[in-house]
Amino acid sequence: MADPNSALPGLREMSGGNNFDPRLAIQFMGKAGHGGFLGMEYSGHGEDWAELMLDWRAELVGDPETGVLASAVIISLLDNATSMSIWTKLGEFRPQVTMDLRLDYLRPSPKGARVYGRGICYHLTHSIGFVRGIAHNGDLDDPLAHASGTFIRVGDRVG
Amino acid sequence: MSSERTLPPYAGALNMTIDGLHDGAPRIAMPFDNRVQGRPGFLHGGAISGLLEMAAVAALSHALRETGDTARFKQVNVTVDFMRGGTMQTSYAAGTITRMGRTMANVEARAWQDDPDKPMAMAYLHYLLRRA
Repeated sequence: MADPNSALPGLREMSGGNNFDPRLAIQFMGKAGHGGFLGMEYSGHGEDWAELMLDWRAELVGDPETGVLASAVIISLLDNATSMSIWTKLGEFRPQVTMDLRLDYLRPSPKGARVYGRGICYHLTHSIGFVRGIAHNGDLDDPLAHASGTFIRVGDRVG
Repeated sequence: MSSERTLPPYAGALNMTIDGLHDGAPRIAMPFDNRVQGRPGFLHGGAISGLLEMAAVAALSHALRETGDTARFKQVNVTVDFMRGGTMQTSYAAGTITRMGRTMANVEARAWQDDPDKPMAMAYLHYLLRRA
């Protein structure tokens, strides 16, 4: 399903113990391709979490009447943030793909507002990373969406 | 379908178009482009999710219009199962209304590249319906 050798070059360097740096990783992951289109930036990280952010832009709108962001923008943000939370908890990059992701939309993300996506890895096995995610506009206690999902490891460690 | 509602700015930015019907529902096409790429050579899961959501919304709008129903709808949640990696070619998606109720609609959407029977991903969505 996925070719582990196709990992972004910068991420591949982060295999091996305690080599994973979320702030650097987003420079490879967030600037290229879809992450670059959305304008994802590093926001913060802890032992088992990573947070990314992106700014509101007219072309990311899902409802032209209200200016509310397309919900898929929130999915992409939380997909990347939860994926990064696994590598953050592990301390290294390992190739993986999203198995499934569920999002509950508690409220819309208002026009003009920056969105933060925090991914938390709450359990890790040899093959599976179990994650939760929260999207908010700057106050973690006022979430706009909750996510839960799983990632599956693919191939062997590269590096 | 000349009366088809136009897709939102997000879909336009990713060059999604309604290019026909699939089992009676609008089929959405999304060409491969750097803007939808995740790992080099593969589609980003978020872009696949976006394609699925657009197909779900298009299917729901289409079904409501066909019955003259003026209900407005609001997405409550979505679950996406990723089954195959998306490669550097055009992707398609179409939705199915599993149940159209009085207060909510259950919609399923499928995304594929070569063969609709070999889905790249599936989404299961709930919409809240509001009628005047």
